[in-house]
Amino acid sequence: MAATLRNVTTYDLKLAAPLAAGFVVFFVTPLVILLALSFQTDPQGGHFGLTQYVNFLGDSFSLGVLGSTLWLGVKVTALTLLLGYPVAWLHQRSPGWAKGVIMLLVLLPLLTSVVVRTFAWVVILGRQGIVNASLLGLGLIDTPLKLLYTEGGVVMALAQVQMPLMVLPLITALSRIDPNLADASSVLGAGHWRTFRKVILPLSLPGIIAGCLLTYAAAITAFITQSLIGGGQMLFMPMYIYQQASTLQNWPFAAAISVIFLVAVLVVVSIFNVLGRLSRGYTNA
Amino acid sequence: MVGASQSSQSAQRGQTLLLDGITQRYGNTLAVDDVTLDIKGGELVALLGPSGCGKTTLLRIIAGFMAQTKGHVIVGGEAIDGLPPNRRSVGIVFQNYALFPHMTVAENVAYGLDARGVDGATQRSEAQRMLDLVKLGHLGDRMPRQLSGGQQQRVALARALAVNPSILLLDEPFAALDKNLRLDMQIEVKRIQRLSGITTILVTHDQEEALSMADRVAVLSQGRLEQFSPPTEIYDAPDSLFVNTFVGSANLLGGVLLDADRSGGTVQLDAGGTIETRAPKGEVRPGGRVTVCLRPEHLRVDPAADGADTLNGVVEMGLPLGATVVHEVRVADGSAVKVSEPRIDRAALFAPGTPVRLAPVAPRLASVFAAA
Repeated sequence: MAATLRNVTTYDLKLAAPLAAGFVVFFVTPLVILLALSFQTDPQGGHFGLTQYVNFLGDSFSLGVLGSTLWLGVKVTALTLLLGYPVAWLHQRSPGWAKGVIMLLVLLPLLTSVVVRTFAWVVILGRQGIVNASLLGLGLIDTPLKLLYTEGGVVMALAQVQMPLMVLPLITALSRIDPNLADASSVLGAGHWRTFRKVILPLSLPGIIAGCLLTYAAAITAFITQSLIGGGQMLFMPMYIYQQASTLQNWPFAAAISVIFLVAVLVVVSIFNVLGRLSRGYTNA
Repeated sequence: MVGASQSSQSAQRGQTLLLDGITQRYGNTLAVDDVTLDIKGGELVALLGPSGCGKTTLLRIIAGFMAQTKGHVIVGGEAIDGLPPNRRSVGIVFQNYALFPHMTVAENVAYGLDARGVDGATQRSEAQRMLDLVKLGHLGDRMPRQLSGGQQQRVALARALAVNPSILLLDEPFAALDKNLRLDMQIEVKRIQRLSGITTILVTHDQEEALSMADRVAVLSQGRLEQFSPPTEIYDAPDSLFVNTFVGSANLLGGVLLDADRSGGTVQLDAGGTIETRAPKGEVRPGGRVTVCLRPEHLRVDPAADGADTLNGVVEMGLPLGATVVHEVRVADGSAVKVSEPRIDRAALFAPGTPVRLAPVAPRLASVFAAA
């Protein structure tokens, strides 16, 4: 028994070797270089020390950028969950052909470039965009609303762009729930809302957590959408890093920001993971 | 039937259930075709049939998961057609039990009480009482996945009964259990059903389960009700060829009806010999083609008598099965006939190739149906 298990394990590791090699060369190595770079005190080389970190953590502007980026992720994730759950629920409750249509609509954004999708939002949200044109045409407003280059616009666009990352895990989680459970609940006297709250929601928690994790990680690092919709007035971490590295050529500081951003994201991810572990008890039916 | 004290209790608690002309149509197919069942309070009725016969559809209609195309579901004299499942006062035990995996056993049992707004203390004491009833009083704090299949089923039963429903529906509840456990649980469910006196519908494709547990059995085929009778009547006096062959095993022999009246008939068998049968079912007159159904235990194997016009054949195989001896005999028209005899009065096992004569153990056991 033990021998069989060990054989299976070595077999599995061999299969993973190419990926592991790629990981070491293209991920671990750059990360180590990045880490080393972040401890340089000076862009021209010089000594090693904590100067860059002290600079970042002592600077309220930098901390503000970090805070607003992490908070942006929270808002996008919350909106995506709010809009995505009903879609996943609808998918679960639909007959076969409708399931296919919904799945196609969910996946469609993934088949187009994120640049194209983001420009679509520019068209929608702009001064002469679809939203403003409609509202003006209906006489509901006199002057165009400022939608583009606002945080609300960024949240909205990011929520749409990242929607598949939320909906797909939710669909998986909901489809794992035995349909008899909802029937059992209703026969026992529970209405739709109670069945959802007491049975469906707790049992879909693993999907919610997976979806939130993916959406959050994607939203805070979404360089293109953040920059194009946010414009120049709003600065988030990816753009901040880009400016430091590319425009100001301050590689050690850019590296330090990257490491801090990475750690901050890891902290958030760990919180999600703890929640996930707490909810895992629900999944093993 | 039930003992006197128990039946009076049943009369108190069990609600009558009338399925009145239920029809369910999916597109062009009739899943249930005008089924009427009048079920007494406290009765345990089995819906028996092969898969696709409409028994599960009927169950879902009673529970309110789907609305029937035509007909009415009437509980205790009141039509409940318009009510959603959560207001029907029906309990269900699902085939896979459908216990809430994220709740403890006690929380599962208390779920229905909680939905009805019963206070916490009463919920706990009622859940405990129900768990004691199914002999799981000590496992209230466990999670469902920590229980065996039989224990999960008891929890499902306790959960269904905790809300004191008018009707209990059991959807193939024993199918997932292994054979020994299944018999234990059948006895257990029957005990609890008697004790609570609740009107119960058992959906099953297992004829032994239906015959052993039910007060009356409704045999369904392709959406139609074939027969609704007590188990012994289903077995001894089937109304149709389908019931005769679906319940128990039967040898089918072709023949011509010689004469018939209300009490019985006589058939000339194609394979040789005449046989006295029960009164024929269906449209058939003397001279018409019929199918005779003989159960294996209706016949006995005798040594062949030369030249007589009897049901003669050749032994193909003889199997001593402990309490019984089973012979398979090839008769003159080519069909194989199974004969099962108790070993008590004859130890004789005929060797393959032996010419034999088959004789009914008593007159008028065989059923006769108009040939299809």
